[in-house]
Order: sequence, then structure tokens, then C-alpha cells
Amino acid sequence: MEKNKTDVTRCKGCGYCVEECPKKAISFGDHMNAKGYRTIVVDQELCIQCGSCYRVCPDIVFEIL
Amino acid sequence: MKLKAPDRITFSHFSFCPGCGHGVAGRLIAEVAEEMGVANELITVVDVACGSMHMNDWYFDTVMAAHGRTLVTAIGLKKARQDNPVLAYYGDGAAYAIGMAETMHAGIRNENVIAIVVNNAIYGMTGGQMAPTTLPGQKTTSSPMGKDEVRFGMPFKIEDAFSGFDIPYLARGALVGAGNVTRAKKMIKKAFEKHLNNEGLCYVELLSPCPTNWNMEPVDSKKFLLEEMTKHFPLGEFKGGDVK
Amino acid sequence: MSERVLMKGNEALAEAALRAGCRFFAGYPITPQTEILEYLSWRMDEVGGSYTQAESELAAINMVYGAAAGGARALTTSSGPGFSLKQEGISYLCGSDLPAVIVNVMRVGSGLGNIFQGQGDYWQMTRGGGHGDYRTIVLAPNSAQENADLMYIAFDLAEKYKHPVLIASDAAIGQSIEAVELPEFKEHDLNRYDWAVRGAKMDEKRRMVKNVFYEMGEPYEDYLRDKYAQIEAEEPELVLVAFGISSRVSEEAVEGARAKGLKVGLIRPITLWPFPVKAFEEAKNAKAYLTNEMNLLGQTMDDIRLATGCSVPVYHSGSIFAITDTNDLIARIEEVMEEVKGGGQ
Repeated sequence: MEKNKTDVTRCKGCGYCVEECPKKAISFGDHMNAKGYRTIVVDQELCIQCGSCYRVCPDIVFEIL
Repeated sequence: MKLKAPDRITFSHFSFCPGCGHGVAGRLIAEVAEEMGVANELITVVDVACGSMHMNDWYFDTVMAAHGRTLVTAIGLKKARQDNPVLAYYGDGAAYAIGMAETMHAGIRNENVIAIVVNNAIYGMTGGQMAPTTLPGQKTTSSPMGKDEVRFGMPFKIEDAFSGFDIPYLARGALVGAGNVTRAKKMIKKAFEKHLNNEGLCYVELLSPCPTNWNMEPVDSKKFLLEEMTKHFPLGEFKGGDVK
Repeated sequence: MSERVLMKGNEALAEAALRAGCRFFAGYPITPQTEILEYLSWRMDEVGGSYTQAESELAAINMVYGAAAGGARALTTSSGPGFSLKQEGISYLCGSDLPAVIVNVMRVGSGLGNIFQGQGDYWQMTRGGGHGDYRTIVLAPNSAQENADLMYIAFDLAEKYKHPVLIASDAAIGQSIEAVELPEFKEHDLNRYDWAVRGAKMDEKRRMVKNVFYEMGEPYEDYLRDKYAQIEAEEPELVLVAFGISSRVSEEAVEGARAKGLKVGLIRPITLWPFPVKAFEEAKNAKAYLTNEMNLLGQTMDDIRLATGCSVPVYHSGSIFAITDTNDLIARIEEVMEEVKGGGQ
């Protein structure tokens, strides 16, 4: 079930979300986007929809559903 | 939808550096404007540096002012258009160096505009030179040996300069860490409320990381902001707040 | 019926601005134009407009930029060093296609100079004054009445071309008290033009006030050339070679010289830029030109040479310390005519 919808075309690999997530549900994946950044991946199982990633992301990658 | 950014800010991608606070600040302003129902009337005024790039990615009528004159341009605009909320968005260089006179007089006259100052303790757009807010010992391209506070002064604190002024709102927030971002949004919201109530100058300084010019990874720049910058720039509400 | 009042030249400018629909003023005290600020400090409230004594001339021009972006008829005034402080702001107005009226009540000299009348800002006003590829429309009144008349049309011109208009007044005109027939009040609406910022809905086209070429890209080159071509196609009907306060002495001197049998004419530019080239085409028999202007470098001489194709010599007269005495000017006219008969420069 998708709890946390991401648009990784916007991601710039800053890593704030990876550090911020209280459940360590976010990590860097293997994908590189068109901008050339290594993008994040959300483990939907671990995500508790706290919204911290949405708040700290400077590029509006996240949408908490 | 529990948390979704407004269309006003998602219709295009941001061109800021990875980890830059401008992205967060721009989103918070759009969220507050939508939530308060004033997004259709809000007019924003930007400076010429990094923050000006918001002209491309927020959907408000926007005026680009001359460097350092953002606040005073917003003041002129607000006087001409009393019915519109007007928000000036600019950086610490514009506010505290070239535009210092305008900053002080806006406070002296308690001019009725929202001022959002994004403080990264450095001149970002021009490649990382020393600013009046640069920390002692901080290395920049125009202080490569570290800022000498004896020659160039201690970092400028707006709450000290404004201490005698009777303005409705003065606060400082930070754009890193979820808790800080939430508090920063509350500050912006309070600024909007007081501005819509015609109370006077509603001033919010927001500390921002600048990974590119600080020569740090974003997560390290977050650490530098929270551990070092806040020693010189304490967070909180200085005037018109509920806390301290 | 319009009223006829005894007023100071500076006050005539201020009152005429309000009657033209100006409801935004920001300024700063500097002699010899401070009366404009002082007059508007109480009069602007009476008409329900916005008045600000700003912290500097720099702050004032930037407030005008903001107000103009919002669709207001916005005015700022200054002199000498204060006028120099406004150049960046004027450049910004030009780059962003914004109308506004800026008055320079000219004083004398570079640097601090002196507070008395001068005409040494001609180059600055007609050659751009600030950075970038621009010139501003410049109007030169020579009396309190003309202060009012030219101010009254200045905002219309500014809005027609989306371009700042400068008024080159001077201390003598500003300080003289003369009878002025004041024009009728006219209305202005902030939202008259679609480009004025006012807030935007998501489904509307929003407005951005910034350098026009950021959005336009390459087509800007043709756009800018067209804009100036339109401005330069308009020329004033009455044209003379001395402007402002010097033109009043020149009128007297020409009468005096003609009474002595000398064949002298007078061209008085009222618009300094675009320079009234056509008027010079009518003076085909002129063997020379003589300017009378309160500057030492003869700032209008280049424009006269250009207008006449450098076909005849151009002479200068004028002092920076005093308005030329009529008899001295007649003597200079005689001197120049002798020299020209004898073979010229």
C-alpha cells in the first residue's frame, strides 16, 4: 500500500530525509535521475506517515497520502 | 491527502542547490498563503540573488527589486496597493549590508509589510564571500584565512538592532530539521496574521544551510547550522511571540 | 474653470502632479526642491494619497519602483547628488518597462556643488545617467506655469511608453513665485493596465516585474528598438536652443538684439530627449548656433551638432555662478556674429 508517494525527478540527493526519518525508512537507491542525482527510495512498509521527510525536503519530492 | 504541497509551488522544479533552504522557505510561504486564503491576493517582492529564482517557481504576482532594496520596494508597493498582502523575500546580504539603511528605517517607521530574510551567513549568489553575518573564523572566498571579527565585526543580530523598536513581530527560525521547519511555518503564519491585521513590520529571519558555499555536504551543513550558527543566531520569537 | 494661483515653481509641480492623478510620492529633503516634499507632506493626505519622507533618495526611488509596479502614478523629486542616487532605480524602471516621473530641480556642480540654479545635469539626464542601454524622456519647463503643464502630461507620456519621464527644472524656476493656471483634477485607476501586479489566481496569467528581456529572450532586440523608435517619432511643436531658466534670459536678449538690427532667432527645446531635430531643419539659414546654458562644458552643443550635421559652428555662453545678464548675452551675440562674419571657428 502506498503511503508515501515520491517524485524522484525532483530529488537532488541532499540526504536530509534519510537522516530525518525516525523509522529509517528512506535510503539512497541505485537510480540516477535526469538531473544526475542519486535519488532516494522509501520503504513503504516501514513508513509511518509522520511527514518529517515532506517537511525537510527542499525539493518537494514527497506527498504523504 | 495528508501532506501535499500547493500547486502554487509544485508546478515547476526548483533550481536551488542540493540542500538549500530556499526550497523549504518557498514551500512554507505557499502553504501559509493557501491556508490563510490569501494566495490570490499575495504579491511577493524578491531581491536579485538566489532567492530571486523563486520568481520562476512560485505562482504569485512578483516584482524583482534592485539589490538591497527589496524591503523598501515592498513598502512602496504596499502603500500603493493597501488591499494586497505584500511579502518581501531576500537574503542576509541584502538585509544587513547594502540594504541596512532600509532595514533599520522599516523598523523605525514600523512599515506594514512581511519581511522574510533568509540568512546563510554568506553571500551565496556571487560565489561565497563574507557577509555581515559570517561567523568569526568562518572561511569564505573573501576571508580565506577565516573571518577576522576584530576587523570585520561580529555577526550582525537583528534582534539587538531592533531591540528598541515597537514592531509587532520579530522571530528567527531554521530551515533544517522537521521540528524547526514546523516552528518556522508557525512564525511565517504569525507574520501573515499580523500583517493582514495591519499591525506593522512582521519580520522573520530564517537560517538556511548553504552547502555549496560552505563547502560541505548537505547533512554536514545542517549540523553546522544547528550547532554553530545558532550560537550566534538564537532561534525564537523576540517580539510579538508567545515564547521568550 | 481652472484656477489661477500665485505659487512657487516647486509647488506648482507638486500640485499639478496631484491633479494628474499622482497618489504616491516618496522623497528626501535637498535644496532647492524641498518645497515639493514639504507641500506634499500635508497636501497628499488631503487627496487621499501616500506620502513618505524616505530615509534617502535611494530608498525613495525604490519605493517609486514598487508603487509603479503596482500600477500607481508615482513621483519622486530631487536635485544634484540626490538625483545621482536615483540612477540605479531609474535604470531598473527602464529595464522593467515601468512608468514613473522623476524630477531633478537642477542645482550647480559636481559633488556637493552649490544650491543655486544650474543646468549641468543635461548630459546625465539626456544620456541615461545610470547603467544600461537606455535613455529617458526629458522635459524642460521654463516657468512655474510650464512646471504645471509639463508635469500634467508627464504621467500620460510615461504610461504611453511604459518608460520613466524626467523633468529638468532648476532652482530659479523652482524658487520663483509666479501666477499659475492650475489644470483640472483627473482620475487614475491602479488596475488600468494589465501589467500592474495585483495578485493572481492559479488559472490566470500571473505578472512578473523584472527585466523585460528575461522573459522575452531574442525578440527583445527588435522590441527595444521599436520602443525607442516610437518614442523618437514624437517631437514638440515649439522648439528653442536655450532651455529652462536660461531660455527666459535668451528671449529677452533676442528681442534686444533684434532691436539693434541683428538677425537673431531662438530655438527653445522643451523636450530635451528625444532632441527636437526637426526644429533645426527649419532654421536653414543659420550660420552658427549659440547656446546659453548654466554649465561650462556646453552640454547641449553635441546635440545641436548632431541635429545640424555639424554643418555650422556651435558656440557656448553661460556661467555656473549666475544666470546670464541680458546685456552680457547681447554682447556675446554680437561677438559671435562678428567672428562668424570674419571666417568662423
